[in-house]
Amino acid sequence: MAVDGALIAVEKVSLTRSGSQILSDVSLAVSPGRIVTIVGPNGAGKSTLVKVALGLLPPDGGHVRRAAGLTIGYVPQSLAVEPTLPLSVRRFLAMAAPRSARAEQGAVLERVGAGHVLARQVSQLSGGELQRVMLARALLRRPQLLALDEPVGGVDMAGQAEIYDLIAALARDEGAGVLMVSHDLHVVMAATDEVVCLNRHVCCAGHPEAVSRHPEYLALFGAKVAASLAVYTHVHDHEHLADGTVGHAQHHQHGPECRHG
Amino acid sequence: MDEFLARALAGGLALALVAGPFGCFVVWRRMAYFGDTLAHAALLGVVLGALLNVDFGLGIAALSLAVALVLAFLQRRRDLASDTVLGIVSHGALACGLVVLALMHDARVNVMGWLLGDILSLDWTDVAVLWAGCALLLAGLGAVWRTLVAMTVNEDLAAAEGHAVERARLILMVLVALVVAAAMKVVGILLVTALLVMPAATARKFARTPEQMAALAALVGAAAVVLGLAGSWQFDTPAGPSVVVAALALFVASRAVPGRG
Repeated sequence: MAVDGALIAVEKVSLTRSGSQILSDVSLAVSPGRIVTIVGPNGAGKSTLVKVALGLLPPDGGHVRRAAGLTIGYVPQSLAVEPTLPLSVRRFLAMAAPRSARAEQGAVLERVGAGHVLARQVSQLSGGELQRVMLARALLRRPQLLALDEPVGGVDMAGQAEIYDLIAALARDEGAGVLMVSHDLHVVMAATDEVVCLNRHVCCAGHPEAVSRHPEYLALFGAKVAASLAVYTHVHDHEHLADGTVGHAQHHQHGPECRHG
Repeated sequence: MDEFLARALAGGLALALVAGPFGCFVVWRRMAYFGDTLAHAALLGVVLGALLNVDFGLGIAALSLAVALVLAFLQRRRDLASDTVLGIVSHGALACGLVVLALMHDARVNVMGWLLGDILSLDWTDVAVLWAGCALLLAGLGAVWRTLVAMTVNEDLAAAEGHAVERARLILMVLVALVVAAAMKVVGILLVTALLVMPAATARKFARTPEQMAALAALVGAAAVVLGLAGSWQFDTPAGPSVVVAALALFVASRAVPGRG
């Protein structure tokens, strides 16, 4: 695993909580412009691993190294704002980046498809809207590293594709490193540079194509799921256009540089 | 207006202005029982102050600080729920205070005065000390305000965005302890928490941001002090409870008017 130049590197980390081993001997690294996705069943320690990587939880063993002065944009798995706390979306955005201009706050909300909620209270947002606002907050920080714990939870299907496209564009165009937890195996296989298949230890890791054929991966998710994915990754009959509609893509050749399978 | 009433008003207003913003955190972070615990423990501070022949204010402040630090330490242990810890410390300290008081033969401690407050006995030195202390407390709160609001929304998010969460938590506990110590003189041990909680709860309905709620709570508290002291003067009722009754009336009235939600 290439660690030199990594924004964040988790090295042989283990973590025990109240007697049970949550993580053991886990390593991963995220470099600029790369999307690393953690997949695994419930209780595999995915969220915990993200928290360890961000330094929110101290590991019992191993090391976590973060680039000096790293700006992190974090979207936690869930966020429950106390109803006693009055908090407008605008104020919530401003908290993430105190020096951001008001126009910039509006623009970033538009970018995640939530421009209409700017004046609302955070407690009034639906699950999908809150998820988009949290992503907007993370983007507003102009992060070098995005840590996204199930970033499309509660977001409608069309919105999910838009958000994943946005994340991919961010990594490609702005060179942000992305560490993501996802249950959406289709997307993982299509839009990820590296997959880490986690079940308290790293079952397998590497390029999505390689991981999807790995015996441990197949054992974890079942051959049926894996087979349906293998088919899916070769279907490229449409694309998501900038205005959110679905159009027909030009058929293109898969060359050796083609990362999406 | 009699001079003792002017002094009471001046002292009460200083306290209301500081109790408003701090009360917001007591409401947001569910620290009402924490405030009660500090107040109950403060009686032990009064008694020890009398025993060691030091200034009551000093005894209370020292004991409140000690209790806050003990609580901060105990709450890191997860084997006891935090309200259990508070129950033990609160009533343990209150009982110790009462027992030690009974053992002191030449005790000249006016227990009723401490339980219900003695705002009318403030002299100008007390008032000056109160204003200076309250200004310091507000400055201290201002210094960690952004971090405290961020961690009230979500502690992991605040930490990931570079806020020093643990330090701010400790600072808040210490500052609240000092606010309680200052407020005891005005409304007494039994009613201290009311002065923190009621104005903040009244302000909640009309605020859209944390800052609005803090400012409004300060204003509501100030109104309660003015109304309460006026009522106390008019109807010859005890001052501290009258202020709390006024705060209660404002809260009930706020529930009756249509608000922003």
